[in-house]
Amino acid sequence: MAEPTSVAAATALQTHHEVSQFLFQQSNLLDGKQWQAWIDLFADDGLYWMPPGPEYTTWDGVPSIFIEDRDLMTVRMKRVTHPNAWSQQAEWGTSHVVSNVTIDGTDAQSGDLLVRSRFHMLEVRRDDVRHFAGSYQHRLRRIDGGFRIVLQRVDMVNAQAAFEYVLQVWV
Amino acid sequence: MPSQPLLDVRSLVEPDRVHRRAYSDPEIFDLEIKHIFEKTWIYAGHETQVPKPGDYWQFQIGRQPMVMVRGNGDAVHVLFNRCPHRGVQVCGSRHGSGGDALTCPYHSWRFHYDGSLESVPLESGYRDTRFDRDNPDFQMKRAARVQRYRGFVFASLDPKGPDLLEWLGDARMAFDDICDRSPVGRVEVVPNCFRVVQRSNWKFFMENQLDAVHPSVTHMSTGYAAADVERKLKRETGSQPLHYHYLSAFATSFDQWDQLETAGYPYGHTLLGGYMGLRPTDADTLEHERVLAAAYGEAKKEEILGRNIHHVLIYPSISVQSPLQQLRAIRPISHDRTMSEIWHFRLVGAPEAIYRRSLWYYNLVNSPSTMINADDLENWQRGQFGLNSNGGDWVSFHRDYGRDRDANGELHSTNGCSELPMRAQFRAWLKYLTETE
Ligand code: FES
Ligand SMILES: [Fe+2]
Repeated sequence: MAEPTSVAAATALQTHHEVSQFLFQQSNLLDGKQWQAWIDLFADDGLYWMPPGPEYTTWDGVPSIFIEDRDLMTVRMKRVTHPNAWSQQAEWGTSHVVSNVTIDGTDAQSGDLLVRSRFHMLEVRRDDVRHFAGSYQHRLRRIDGGFRIVLQRVDMVNAQAAFEYVLQVWV
Repeated sequence: MPSQPLLDVRSLVEPDRVHRRAYSDPEIFDLEIKHIFEKTWIYAGHETQVPKPGDYWQFQIGRQPMVMVRGNGDAVHVLFNRCPHRGVQVCGSRHGSGGDALTCPYHSWRFHYDGSLESVPLESGYRDTRFDRDNPDFQMKRAARVQRYRGFVFASLDPKGPDLLEWLGDARMAFDDICDRSPVGRVEVVPNCFRVVQRSNWKFFMENQLDAVHPSVTHMSTGYAAADVERKLKRETGSQPLHYHYLSAFATSFDQWDQLETAGYPYGHTLLGGYMGLRPTDADTLEHERVLAAAYGEAKKEEILGRNIHHVLIYPSISVQSPLQQLRAIRPISHDRTMSEIWHFRLVGAPEAIYRRSLWYYNLVNSPSTMINADDLENWQRGQFGLNSNGGDWVSFHRDYGRDRDANGELHSTNGCSELPMRAQFRAWLKYLTETE
């Protein structure tokens, strides 16, 4: 005998679970270097955006660390998988932890889910360890019973720090 | 009178090859800091980084922590970021505003924007002491010389030496080229500075900027990847955004790079001439041309847009890519570590589309997610590993040696792949390290 409130609660819980699983899967694909599968998480008009600081409200006409649609993501994927991508000869790998998943609500116009979470990524490259951490803000669209990313905004606390070497792929 | 290590330096540089110690020896690095970086003109920044009185931006000259401060009116000062009281750094953020006076966080000595003392607390306590507000010992120390050219600020810690303009010589065209592309002759900084540390000697960067053989090898992966997607977009939509060309052009063949030109000026400044297809005939470019013609007249417009510049290197601190309004400054940290600062400028009064086009270059090629420098930095680091080793003593700069044309001390080559720029840089390097009066 489900009361309306508990129905709502169960739905919220279910959504939170699905969203969390989706975000974990997103980071698993990055750590697993499954680039094409990762790109396929994005909607056709989806964007990956890493601004230079938290105060940025748009990528339009201002600098970005990353601002990529699926075509530019494809360039990046093809680069790192090219046999002569010299920077890829150094062994490297990453490990993400994604947590603090919070559903902020639904965009009134588009119906997209607005989700925040935090991440910590450790990268080992050659013999160097680097840490990157910050927040994700996702705009998720329900398509065919699953989610697709309309926007993945990545605010790294390291964004304005000097980078020791560069970022070869997405965080 | 040159001391022993300086005599040693001469044995490191031959006209066509350089000893690996120039890159791998911390003692040589100390000499470079002393006789090059803390002596000659070093890029401080652009005046629009500090638009209002009291605004400051920190940077390094050699090992010295400096701060560029906007004074009242048009003045721009360059000070050591050190309080004369007990040495504390006065400016604490990378950049910010000092308010009415730069105030030391330790005991609140306050300084005018030019470094002179404004006030000290409990001044009566200094009565009958050697404290003297007019004595430079009680002021923030100024860089010996500060000069600007078209808004670009340079400082030198040596009171003697050539003026900035004389020192820049023909390499000043880097700043003319960037500014003249604005109908009012000015650029404005885009207020974001990316910083990336290179695990290699600073000279790897300097040489690489004008090394036309490396792009198609180093950047092969990105060149092919971008060309692939570029073709797909052209097939599917009939056109492809220019920024794909920024990446695919790196895979241009040796032959094409060899059609460019190089030049080496006195003081080590060097140039790679070349256009990389940056004068397309799309509507945005034509609008820009129209704006320039209206401002300068047709002939001058053609002169401006006809300039043949890929990169100009102002030795030893910056690389200017004027057609794209981008500038990289390097700050050496140690013999095997170098900080780079990456800047973008807006052409005041030019169409917005021109700014946006260059912004793609900033984001794709120069940002910390760069698909280009990822392989440069990798190769330079591997170069540093190699030069630290005993696997050989010499670095070869033989390509087209003997074919440089020397015109009044300027070296010229008509093939872009010549190693002339490296030879020219080391000619200046040796001069700096041996002319120590
Ligand atoms: S150290 Fe600056 S006021 Fe004392
Ligand atoms: Fe390169």
